[in-house]
Amino acid sequence: MRLDLRTITVIVVLAGLALMPLLAWAVDEPYWLRFWSRVMILALAAVGVNLILGFGGMVSFGHAMYIAIGAYAVGALRFHGVEGGLPDLLLAVGAGALVALIIGAICLRTAGIYFIMITLAFAQMTYFFFISQEQYGGDDGMRIEGGTRLGPLDLSNDATLYYATFLLLCGALLVSWRLVNSRFGMVIRGARSNEQRMTALGFPTYRYRLTAYVISAVICAIAGALLANLTLYVSPAYTHWTRSGELLIMVILGGLGSLFGPVLGAIALLLLEDVIAHFTRHWQLFLGPILILVVIFAREGLFGLLTPRRQRSHTAGGSHG
Amino acid sequence: MAEPLLAVEGLVKRFGGLTATDDLSFSVAPGELHAVIGPNGAGKTTLIAQLSGELRQDSGRILFADQDISQVPGWKRPHLGLARSFQITSIFHDMTALQNTALAVQAHAGHSFRFWRPADSDPALTDPAMEALRQVGLEARANVPAAALAHGEHRQLEIAMALATQPKLLLLDEPMAGMGPEDSARMVNLLRALRGSITILLIEHDMDAVFALAERITVLVYGRAIASGTPDAIRADAEVRRAYLGDESLAV
Repeated sequence: MRLDLRTITVIVVLAGLALMPLLAWAVDEPYWLRFWSRVMILALAAVGVNLILGFGGMVSFGHAMYIAIGAYAVGALRFHGVEGGLPDLLLAVGAGALVALIIGAICLRTAGIYFIMITLAFAQMTYFFFISQEQYGGDDGMRIEGGTRLGPLDLSNDATLYYATFLLLCGALLVSWRLVNSRFGMVIRGARSNEQRMTALGFPTYRYRLTAYVISAVICAIAGALLANLTLYVSPAYTHWTRSGELLIMVILGGLGSLFGPVLGAIALLLLEDVIAHFTRHWQLFLGPILILVVIFAREGLFGLLTPRRQRSHTAGGSHG
Repeated sequence: MAEPLLAVEGLVKRFGGLTATDDLSFSVAPGELHAVIGPNGAGKTTLIAQLSGELRQDSGRILFADQDISQVPGWKRPHLGLARSFQITSIFHDMTALQNTALAVQAHAGHSFRFWRPADSDPALTDPAMEALRQVGLEARANVPAAALAHGEHRQLEIAMALATQPKLLLLDEPMAGMGPEDSARMVNLLRALRGSITILLIEHDMDAVFALAERITVLVYGRAIASGTPDAIRADAEVRRAYLGDESLAV
């Protein structure tokens, strides 16, 4: 691996995230730990979204629904007195995969603008489904009582949860790096680039797209389970369409189709939100113009800015992870 | 004559009031280079679309290698040995020439639910892909992104991708479209080299190329085959002259 600007960025950001808790303790800012846990959780979800958006060209406007499913899985288990991190993960992954298989099977019959609208419609249905769940707090959502243990790990400890999230994020980056360069990944990228040719070559693209959709949903569901453990609270707002939009913004801001872009996008978006919110409640007023500038001047996002000009657009699926 | 590799029987395709394919029948023998010619609007592209499964015929049958493939979905036909190239270049612009061709190999190397090993460094894919690139004379350009290749090279890459699927029949939809004389000549040489080793159905506008290459020619007018035979027979056919070619263009 050459030590170019992108590789250095990946190393610096991951090392920074690994050392963040030490810094937080040193300057006595425990809030940082929770803030950066949230950043990494949403970065994890954005990595999942990027798999289908950046590499598969599928614009899902409903992936927050899988975060909500993961979060409600934790909430429901606690509500019924089941404790422990393993059941959390199993239920989040199982429920996320099952729902994604059914919804994906329907949505992927469509493409383009129709795909966007139908994924949005399913997310809204999920939103109202959770509102109707009175036992889980309905509209108000519910607090999650009781700690989570994952083997010897106590996830109600902020630092433990932080590092569990960090490792899962690194794992997801590694998995998506291998995935997009594997045979499976070539099919997904080929189907984004030229569906007609894929069919003419003999690929049944539908089943590969569906698999990618499910994988991406499962990553979001895991992020949802982590989010529930961080906030100890779930509500239908988790699946609101603005949350799905934020995931898309993170991926686009960071750089479509670059593996590490979503992480940068999540960091940038949440930092901006945090910093601007110090000055004004109307932080979205300032976010809008920034996003427009990125779309106009840096089509390949923040990660694209780190790419030498001559290599751009030919390395969209490059091997930098 | 041996059993035909491809037989089209009574094929009909209508778009509203327009009959694009009108009770069309013809056959392609194994090993031959068979050209389909016809003026604009004769239904050549509609024919290719039906052969490749992109469009479904309204009636009639397509027999390929002794099998009725009329109802076989498009993505399955390449697995029976039917490969096509597109009139308007249809490749993966964000991949290299080698990746384009390797993807074609991959389509015929079992399922692609393989999630971990990098495809780019898998010799089971890249070796046959390089071989196909060599056949069309693109091996030196293997690692160039397809978007950066010249127009003529795109057409060569199209052929390489079709060859990489190891087809029994190659459907070529106007491979010389938009080419200058130099590129055209190179393509004619390439097709001449392939002739005999693989059955080719060539749909082409370029009359010089067709008469230089084809062993048999079918002439399509308004969706019907008005003649089918050797180049000499087609040249001499009165109906063909009247309907389409015009006397002077046949003075080759």
